[in-house]
Amino acid sequence: MSGTARTAWTRKDLIGIEDLSRAEIELILNTAPQFVAVSARESGIKKVPLLQGRLVVNWFYEPSTRTRTSFELAAKRLSADTLGITASASSMVKGETLHDTLANIEAMHSDIVVIRHSYAGAPHILAQRHPSHIINAGDGCHEHPTQALLDAFTMREHFRSVRNDPKAELEGVRVAIIGDIANSRVARSNIWCLTKLGAKVILCGPSTLMPPFIAKMGVEVSKDLREAIRDADVIYALRIQLERQKSCLLPSLREYIRLFRIDKESLKLAPKHALIMHPGPINRDVELAAEVADSTRSVILRQVTNGVAVRMAVMHLLVNSGRIMPAAATQERGA
Amino acid sequence: MSLVIKNGHVIDPATGLSAKRDVLIEGSKIARIGNRLAGDKAFDAKGCVVCPGLVDIHVHFREPGQESKETIASGSRAAAHGGFTSVVPMPNTDPPIDNAGMVEFVIRRARETACIKIWPSACATKGRAGKEMTEMAELRDVGAVAVTDDGSDIASSWVARRVLEYADMCGLTYLAHCEDASLVEGGAMNEGFISTKLGLPGMPKAMEEIMIDRNLRLAALTGAKIHIQHVTSAEGIEIIRRAKARGVRVTCETAPHYWMLTDEAVTTFSTNAKMNPPLREAEDVAAVRAAIADGTIDCIATDHAPHTVTEKDVEFQIAPFGIIGLETSLALVITGLVGPGVVSLERAVALMTRAPASILNLPVGALREGGPADVTVFDPKAEWTVDPEDFASLSRNTPFTGCGLHGVVLLTVCDGRIVYKRG
Repeated sequence: MSGTARTAWTRKDLIGIEDLSRAEIELILNTAPQFVAVSARESGIKKVPLLQGRLVVNWFYEPSTRTRTSFELAAKRLSADTLGITASASSMVKGETLHDTLANIEAMHSDIVVIRHSYAGAPHILAQRHPSHIINAGDGCHEHPTQALLDAFTMREHFRSVRNDPKAELEGVRVAIIGDIANSRVARSNIWCLTKLGAKVILCGPSTLMPPFIAKMGVEVSKDLREAIRDADVIYALRIQLERQKSCLLPSLREYIRLFRIDKESLKLAPKHALIMHPGPINRDVELAAEVADSTRSVILRQVTNGVAVRMAVMHLLVNSGRIMPAAATQERGA
Repeated sequence: MSLVIKNGHVIDPATGLSAKRDVLIEGSKIARIGNRLAGDKAFDAKGCVVCPGLVDIHVHFREPGQESKETIASGSRAAAHGGFTSVVPMPNTDPPIDNAGMVEFVIRRARETACIKIWPSACATKGRAGKEMTEMAELRDVGAVAVTDDGSDIASSWVARRVLEYADMCGLTYLAHCEDASLVEGGAMNEGFISTKLGLPGMPKAMEEIMIDRNLRLAALTGAKIHIQHVTSAEGIEIIRRAKARGVRVTCETAPHYWMLTDEAVTTFSTNAKMNPPLREAEDVAAVRAAIADGTIDCIATDHAPHTVTEKDVEFQIAPFGIIGLETSLALVITGLVGPGVVSLERAVALMTRAPASILNLPVGALREGGPADVTVFDPKAEWTVDPEDFASLSRNTPFTGCGLHGVVLLTVCDGRIVYKRG
């Protein structure tokens, strides 16, 4: 199998899945279960001191409830201090540059800076210049690496459980991602993550929301929902922005529903075991019918639960790898 | 006071001269081109090329309005440093140069502050709004050498047609920035696999090709002369090639970054890889090189577009378009075109002197006895590493920082005055 046990985390930041090796992805996924256990402790004391005394700054240029809360909880369960900076209150309005804002945050001795930004590449350019550990919590339509990691973790957990094989991997698993691929950082990170882990990815959505040359990322593209989900082990519905018809990308939500909604009717064409996933928040009855979202096939809330654990794993690896892993300690940490 | 540039390899595409000669400059004129000439002062150009001062018909000097990016003074020093003695600044300043008073302002500032020749262009439409024509005859009479709404295209085909007709009557060439802006929403880079991967909004090549095609059809319809700016795409070039074959009066330019770089340069989110039109793909780079070789592309321009470090040091999607080019252009021609054998050294010099000058009928770009002493001396073999800190431009936005290039300008003379000397 993979050399996961010997892989050490050496990166300063988590910017995207594209840069990661399969071994690095597996290291994160294999680090997460202990944190799933922390959150599920019978004692109710959901805390470990791994980031005690550290400062984690959640810096969000876009509204977010789920991701932001998840990062905040992850930091708190690692005993870190947390600080939130929101877009509306912030510097963009005052004309301060991104670099200046981060320099100010760092002047207060931040250890991890979690950033969500509406422009692609923002975490990348920050990570190149600043000493903090940068975690990309979603940059424009580019990447959302922790989402992809928690998704892969949730899929793996599910298949390990139903197959009764604690070592099952995602090799050969067929994942159909449905919806607005063009504007989705979740789709891009998932494509990188799943293909690196050996899964087969099929994309399906309106041709107006399918970015050019996406197949070069190692995926299949289908225009027909039935074809896309016919052999799927996982059906991953993306959130559709309700205003797409204004920019002439969709004639109407009604037509989207007619062609691409995951509901009882369309699921008749999918394998019975196919798992339903969604990154949230759901537009009920638009991309996903309520009856499906709430069905036993759906692991949408499990994704949320696992999200905290995966983010704990990422933060722990970023901050503590150099200290606890001899292999990493000998390597220079990028600045 | 006379200056003789001795022992150089004199290349003058206007006369077909390519031989070892001395060039004697007396006052502001070239007195003689010959052998064993003597003067009060001598410059030894052994091993170097001596050619007409370079000409760039597409630069942005930002004056008036954005003088922290560049001024006519600093831009002219950057030009001299790059071997240029004549440039055509674009009129998309703030306010834009769309009336006679503004053209006169540029000419006055050039006279007061520039060390090289500034040939102003003026807007084709008032306020660059694409609606009403400017008073082109008057603009010409006060010194504008071309009309253009550079920075954007004229969206209305009706207006574009009338601009072409009227400019041609005035003896002015319309410089067309070909871009169908309605095809793009927040475009930041070439639309292709890289934009898909990076999640950046794309600018498809069709954006450029649609307007090249429309503008050439309007040129054919009206019989007017047209110059297509910064050509980047293989298909765009093919459209121009076909129009030329049909006898449309079209010329075109490209800029060094379009044969040196592809959209791969954007993968680091470096804003110095952001320009409009955007960096394209390998097949387009190959087509640009081939079109330079076969003459479809008539001249080299830089589209020198200064922006301050602060303005460029932002998220890719909100960074301004453009890079500076005057101080790297010659070396990129030598390194990227002459070195690999795309063009000869003589042809390269033509692409940067006689060719651009003749497109706009500028009385420069040649070495003639009795003509203006605009002369550049460069060592085509000398190597250097691009360091923007050495630039005379006020701005630093180049994607070529750290690149090792061949071709160093040693001396630039404009109207007999030494405007740049290395060392």
